[in-house]
Amino acid sequence: MAQIMLWEAIQRAHDEEMSRDPLVICMGEDIGVAGGTYKATKGLYEKYGPLRVMDTPISEGGFTGLAIGASFLGVRPIVEIMSVNFAWLAMDQMFNSAAKIRYMSGGQIEAPCVFRSAGGAAHQLGAQHSARMEKVFMGVAGLRVVTPSNPKQAYGLLKSAIRSNDPVFINEHELMYNMKGEVPDSEYFHPLEGSDIARSGTDVTLFGYNISVHWCLKAAEILDKQYGISAEVVDLYSLAPLDRAGIKQSVSKTHRVVIAEEDEAPVGVGSEIIAIINEECFFELDAAPVRVHSALVPQPYNHTLEKAAIPDHEDVVKAVLKLFGKA
Amino acid sequence: MKIEDKKRVLREMVLHRRFEERCYQAYIERKIGGFLHLYPGQEACCNGVMEAARPGQDYVITGYRDHVHAIKCGADPKEVMAELYGKETGSSKGRGGSMHIFDAAHHFMGGYALVGGPFPLAAGIAKAIQLKGGDEIAICFLGDAANNQGVFHETLNMAALWKLPVLFVCENNLYGIGTSIERSTAVIHQHKRVAAYNIPSAECDGQDIDIVYQHARTAVDHVRAGNGPYFLELMTYRYRGHSMSDSRGYRSREEEEEWKQRDPIFMLRDRLITADALTLADFEAMEKEIDAYIENEVIKFAEESPEPRVEDLEKYVLADRESQQPWLTGKAA
Repeated sequence: MAQIMLWEAIQRAHDEEMSRDPLVICMGEDIGVAGGTYKATKGLYEKYGPLRVMDTPISEGGFTGLAIGASFLGVRPIVEIMSVNFAWLAMDQMFNSAAKIRYMSGGQIEAPCVFRSAGGAAHQLGAQHSARMEKVFMGVAGLRVVTPSNPKQAYGLLKSAIRSNDPVFINEHELMYNMKGEVPDSEYFHPLEGSDIARSGTDVTLFGYNISVHWCLKAAEILDKQYGISAEVVDLYSLAPLDRAGIKQSVSKTHRVVIAEEDEAPVGVGSEIIAIINEECFFELDAAPVRVHSALVPQPYNHTLEKAAIPDHEDVVKAVLKLFGKA
Repeated sequence: MKIEDKKRVLREMVLHRRFEERCYQAYIERKIGGFLHLYPGQEACCNGVMEAARPGQDYVITGYRDHVHAIKCGADPKEVMAELYGKETGSSKGRGGSMHIFDAAHHFMGGYALVGGPFPLAAGIAKAIQLKGGDEIAICFLGDAANNQGVFHETLNMAALWKLPVLFVCENNLYGIGTSIERSTAVIHQHKRVAAYNIPSAECDGQDIDIVYQHARTAVDHVRAGNGPYFLELMTYRYRGHSMSDSRGYRSREEEEEWKQRDPIFMLRDRLITADALTLADFEAMEKEIDAYIENEVIKFAEESPEPRVEDLEKYVLADRESQQPWLTGKAA
C-alpha cells in the first residue's frame, strides 16, 4: 500500500478509468494543457488528447450542460468545477437536467455524470471563493453527493462514481489536495452509500465529513488523553443519501452527539442529522445534540476574522466538554 | 421533396394539427393537467427540417412545445397522448407530462421546461456522436426567446470551437410567453446573433414547407459533412397562446388572422391540388380519417390505460438503487 497525496489519488482514478473505457472523458477549466489547478488531471491531456481531456471556456453552465447531454448517450464525463462557488452557475443543469432526467423520462435516459468541485475556506480567498455548499446539493432528488476525507476515499469514491449510472457530485476541499494517505495498490471501489467509523468509542459520537473528520479525530485524541472521554468518530462520506442506519447504530451506542461541519448551520448537514436522529432513535439520546459550525457570515478576507468564522478541533472539544458538563 | 413525400408529409401535418387540437379539448375537459403548449401554426418547421434529416436516427431535443417533435421522430401518438393523461403507458410512464415527452428508442431526447436549457445538452449529444464516430447529427429546436439566455452564447461558442455536429433550429414565433420579440430582444433576426461565433446561418419563411425543406437540406448536409454547427432561423407563428393559461391579450386578432392566411397545411394542400396530386375531397376525407384515428385509437388508448401505481412513486429516481451495483452496497475496505 503506497502513501500518496490526495490529488494523486484522484489523478490515478481518472487514469485507470480512462484507459479502461474510451467513453470516459474529463473536462473543466485549465485541466488539460495546464494540468489542473489542483493537479488532479496531471498528464492526462498528453496521454488521452484534447478530444477526451477538454480544456473548457469559463462557462460553467454551458460545459456542465454539455457534459450532461453527452452522458445521455453513454459517455461518462468527469467535470471539474474549479471552485464550488462557481457551481452555482452550473446548478440549473445539474439539478434540472442531470438529477431529473431519469425520473421525468420514466427511466429511459440516464445521466452517468461526475461533477467534482473544490470547496471550503482555504487561505483568505474571500467571500466568493470560500463557500461550502454541500447542503445545497444534498437536498436534490436524483443526485448522489459524496465527499472524501482522505486519499483512499478520494480514489475509491471517484472510481465508483464513474461506474455509477447516477449523477454524482463529489465535494472536495481546497486544503486537502496535498494530504498524504495510504491507497491500496490494487483497484478499489469505495461504496457510494454508507459511512465509515474512523475511530471507535463509547461515550460520544462525533459526526464529521470531509475536513471536519480530521477535526473530530484530533478532538477525540485530546478528549481521550486529557479528559478520559472515549469519542467515536463517524465519517459521513456519503451526504446523499445519508446513512440512516449508521447514524442510528452509533447514537444507540454512545447516546451523545456532536456534529462538526465547516458550513454555516441553517438548513445544513447538522440539521439533517439531528432530524434523522429524532426520527430513528430519539429515546437513545442522553443529551441534546450539539452542532459545531461556521459563523453565518460571508467569508471575511482578514485572517483573524476568517479564523474566527471557521470552527476547528478545539471547538469540537469544547462542544463535547459542554455536553458532559465539564465546561 | 418528391410529390409522394409531400402527400405523406401533408398527412403527417394534419395529424399533428388535429392531435394538438384534440389536446386542447382534453385540457378543457380536465383530462390533461399542468401546462400545455400547443404547436398549431408551426408545423412546417418541425416537418420541413426533419424531412431533410433522418427521423429516428438523428438525435432531436427541444423545449416544452414538444409533442409534434416527438411524434415526427417516431413516437407513437397513443403513448404521447397517454403521457398527457398521466398514464403508466405514457411515453415517460406518466412521470413527465406534456413538457417532458421522451422516446430514447427513436432518439427523441426530450422536451425540457427551462427556456434555453436544451442548448448545452444538444451540444453534449453532438459531443457524444463525435466521440463515438457516428454520422448522426444533433438537432436542437428552440424558440427565439431562448436565445436571451446565457447558455445560448456559451453553447454556440463551444459548438463552434469544437466543431460539434449540431444543428440549431430557431423557431422564431415572435413571442416569448407574452412579450413580443421587439419588446424583449435588441435584434429581431436571430441568425445575426450567431455570426459573432463564426457559425453559418440562414433565415427563411417557416410557414412554407418547401422553403423550410430547401434551407434545412443545406443546413443538415453542412452539419453531417463534419463542418461543425449550423443555425437555421424559421419565421413562424403559433396560433394558440404560449400555454393554455394565455388569453393572447398582448397581440391583435388582426395579426393572428394575417398569419392564418399563410397556414402551412393549407399552403401545402393547395399546392398539391394545383399540381393535380390531390383533390379537396381527398383532403377532407383524410381529415376525417385522422380524426377517427385520434378518437378511436389515440384517445381510447389514453382513456383506458392504467394510472401509475403509488407504490412506484420513487421508482426511477436513482439508477443504481434498482440495479444494486456492488460498489454501492459493499462495505468500505
